[in-house]
Amino acid sequence: MAPFPTPLRPSHPRACTIGIAAVLLLAPPAHAQRPAAVTPSSAAAREQTADQQVHHVLNRLAFGARPGDVDAVRTMGVDRWVDLQLYPERLRDSTMATLLTRFATRGQSAEQLLAEYPPPAVVRAQMQRAGADPDTASRAKGRASQVFVEELAASRVARAVLSERQLHEVMVDFWENHFNVFAGKDRARYFLPAYDEYTIRPHVLGSFRELLGAVAKSPAMLYYLDNWQSVADSGRPTLRPVPRARRAGAAGRRRGVNENYARELMELHTLGVDGGYTQQDVIEVARALTGWTIARGAQGGGFMFRGEVHDAGTKNILGTTFPANRGIEEGEAVLDLLASHPSTAVFIATKLARRFVSDTPPPALVARAADTFRRSHGDIREVVRTIVTSTEFFATASYRAKVKSPFELVVSTMRAMNATPDVTARSAQQVSKLGQPLFGHQAPNGYPETGSAWMNTGAILNRINFGLAAASGRVPAIKLREWPMAAQLATAPHEEQVEGVITALFGGAVSRDTRQVLLTGTNPLLASPAPPGARPAQARGFAQVVGLALGAPEFQRR
Amino acid sequence: MHPINRRVFLKGGALSLVTLGLSPSFLQRTALAMELPKTARGKTLIVLFQRGAADALNVLVPFGDAGYYAARPQLAIATPARISGSTNPSGAIDLDGFFGLHPALASFKPLWDRGMLAPVHAVGSPSATRSHFDAQDYMETGTPDRKGTTDGWLNRYLAVRGTCEATACAVPASTPFRAVSMTAQTPRILEGTTPVVAMNSINEFSIRTNAGEAQRRIEALYKTGSSDLVHGSGSDMFDAMKVLRAANPQQYRPADGVTYPRSPFGQRLLQIAQLIKSGVGLEVAFADVGGWDTHVNQGNAQGQLANRLADFAESIGALVADLGDRMDDVLILTCSEFGRTVRQNGTGGTDHGHAGAMFVIGGSLAASQTVYGRWPGLAREQLYEGRDLALTTDFRAVFSEVASKHLGAAQLPKIFPGYGGFERDWLGML
Repeated sequence: MAPFPTPLRPSHPRACTIGIAAVLLLAPPAHAQRPAAVTPSSAAAREQTADQQVHHVLNRLAFGARPGDVDAVRTMGVDRWVDLQLYPERLRDSTMATLLTRFATRGQSAEQLLAEYPPPAVVRAQMQRAGADPDTASRAKGRASQVFVEELAASRVARAVLSERQLHEVMVDFWENHFNVFAGKDRARYFLPAYDEYTIRPHVLGSFRELLGAVAKSPAMLYYLDNWQSVADSGRPTLRPVPRARRAGAAGRRRGVNENYARELMELHTLGVDGGYTQQDVIEVARALTGWTIARGAQGGGFMFRGEVHDAGTKNILGTTFPANRGIEEGEAVLDLLASHPSTAVFIATKLARRFVSDTPPPALVARAADTFRRSHGDIREVVRTIVTSTEFFATASYRAKVKSPFELVVSTMRAMNATPDVTARSAQQVSKLGQPLFGHQAPNGYPETGSAWMNTGAILNRINFGLAAASGRVPAIKLREWPMAAQLATAPHEEQVEGVITALFGGAVSRDTRQVLLTGTNPLLASPAPPGARPAQARGFAQVVGLALGAPEFQRR
Repeated sequence: MHPINRRVFLKGGALSLVTLGLSPSFLQRTALAMELPKTARGKTLIVLFQRGAADALNVLVPFGDAGYYAARPQLAIATPARISGSTNPSGAIDLDGFFGLHPALASFKPLWDRGMLAPVHAVGSPSATRSHFDAQDYMETGTPDRKGTTDGWLNRYLAVRGTCEATACAVPASTPFRAVSMTAQTPRILEGTTPVVAMNSINEFSIRTNAGEAQRRIEALYKTGSSDLVHGSGSDMFDAMKVLRAANPQQYRPADGVTYPRSPFGQRLLQIAQLIKSGVGLEVAFADVGGWDTHVNQGNAQGQLANRLADFAESIGALVADLGDRMDDVLILTCSEFGRTVRQNGTGGTDHGHAGAMFVIGGSLAASQTVYGRWPGLAREQLYEGRDLALTTDFRAVFSEVASKHLGAAQLPKIFPGYGGFERDWLGML
């Protein structure tokens, strides 16, 4: 059995690998907990053709198809494949597990990282004390203090490209964007490797309340939205007196309540901006969460509740009274209240439907997904199941309705080209260049989930250039020769190349215009039969066909 | 400022040229300007962000305040040579007998002399934050202490400008280069619903393939059926490329005698000049420059900060000289997220502070040789939280005055929601 260093452990000991998903040959799981009212659409009654459904699930529940995936899903059946993806812990992922061991800083704590990659200011101060030239020292160390963020971004790309647990990676992308943390905020980056590995990943298809609680207690979020510094306003009763020795310290010159996290907790993480809370609710929630902090603050450490700075008074939140002196339990009760609030069900259901179905998801579907959220007490897996088995999901209108984010474009290109991700920052840098640096979104709202935000003059140019570069060997990790189709098509006649590429990348379905442009654009290299030894020229022509296809409008969609 | 600007010339006609004795090169430039599309003669705002919190007290030196020298025994910039009677070249460059420029800002002195430089002191964000991230965020969104704001104030300006009543403003025909950021990613200040272009360099703005055939075919791919989002964006992009190709900024030569620093910042400003002179309809430009977070060994007349300032001022000086008469329609606005502690720290530097300084540079300032903003003083009881320069001007007072008087923006409350100081708190710079 391959080692599984992630919190995802295979639940079945007798794993055997087949085809695309390396699935366990289990009978489909009995859905004892599935709410009875949710009836998935039956395969025959769906608007999309059988072929479209295969491509559709690979584009929505996965980051596009790798060579061979389409056949594997078709053989297995779309519904069976979807069901397997909903239980990632049952999918073997040994290739990924092996690659993961090469990311040295994966999941490391802020304390470890601060010791190993100290911030430039700390390094400069040390050099200063040692009498060295601080300018030289700081430049070298300044980069070193970023390497683990680059490695984290690289691991995000690598996992999305290579993992068999594709839906799991899609959900990681979704939740890390929903619970956005910006690496560039002062020392926030030091908390991110643990955030990715231990806060988000274990919960992406689990209980929303548990995910929310993990985020609320994560040093990354506490730091990013300042709650670690939020303390009871002076004059307010605290749970415990401030120890005499510390009065002159941090708690002694305390500043008071900071509302940042409380506000975003309701506006962005749970209820939504129109979810029915007031500014007074923001203040009361912030008071309830005073004392939720990081053990050693900016020096790192885990979650800690500090009673001596916790506002112990009575609060009234969303119409519910919270009695005095409950301590940390009060914050937990606030999270319970928010996670089970009807507005949260609608807000999360809407965002998930927008991610999986379309930029403007059908209200009926959102209502059913929100209903599942309520009845399953926030079981994310069941909400996703409701959405991705619905007739709306398999409607013709949903097919290729979503514009790929830059992350989705880079990852789907790498998957389509059979690329092997590496541990360097280079692939993640492609995502940055296209406008979506991972952990690089400043504001807590995360990157936009709708196409219009990603489609503009500069963006489309960069995308076209990315496709051309990928096909011509100018993108690290993507090599045309690793694409199984390349050997077969590189020396074939032009028409065959075009058909082969259209079949491989689009399942044969492109607009008449796109096919026409790929076919009839005159290429002097292909005008006459290739003389002996002319293979390089032919290969270049083939690369151009692939590049055009990757740059085509159809490939910008999923 | 030169008394004869282009507008006067155009009104007076070619005959007046002879009587005024203007040079043939001026004639040539003016003729070129007349051929440009209408949008090219609109107003342009260039915002330059000094990321990392520039040490305002050593940028715009309050040499007239004794508290300054008491707080900074090693870091302070000496009083100007004229006042101290010495010929010390490392002294501040006197502006008004109280404030002076850091000696590395020598390139700003000619602008001051010509009435094109308006320094603003004790200006910044009312937020108490000393986080770079938060403070930059607030300055770029234009909403201090509100983290949920999704768009930047420059983008809100573009959006409002694009939808104003036909009578209230002459909206330039939509050009893809209305707003350009010379950065790899769209900065927060330009995030929002109005499309903007972010690019590292103008050369990047092309299809990168050796084969012209590939480019033609890519264009064909996106030209077909341009009704939807993806195709539409592709069409826009090819139009933008054509605009840029026709303007031909690649062939750009700065004005005679103008040399931009080779630094990344200098080169970004050069490209902004290229775009302005190419007539692509640039309305808002943005660039940023880092390296201001001088906690350690910041130096005084020489050193780390001096090097940064020299590059900063020489780049801007080159831009102003290069744009020449066009500066009548161009305004440069510099800002930084906050200032730094009044007292020097234990490592020869300064820590995160509160109020800072800005420069407004242009050919259409209201008054000549004026330092703006009320000086709060540096005595201990005058400091913010006992350590920092206090704030007397909200940055939104400067931004909104610029948006209104230079760019002609209406609907200011939409650009700066939650701000109530319009007109009342303006400094009257424009």
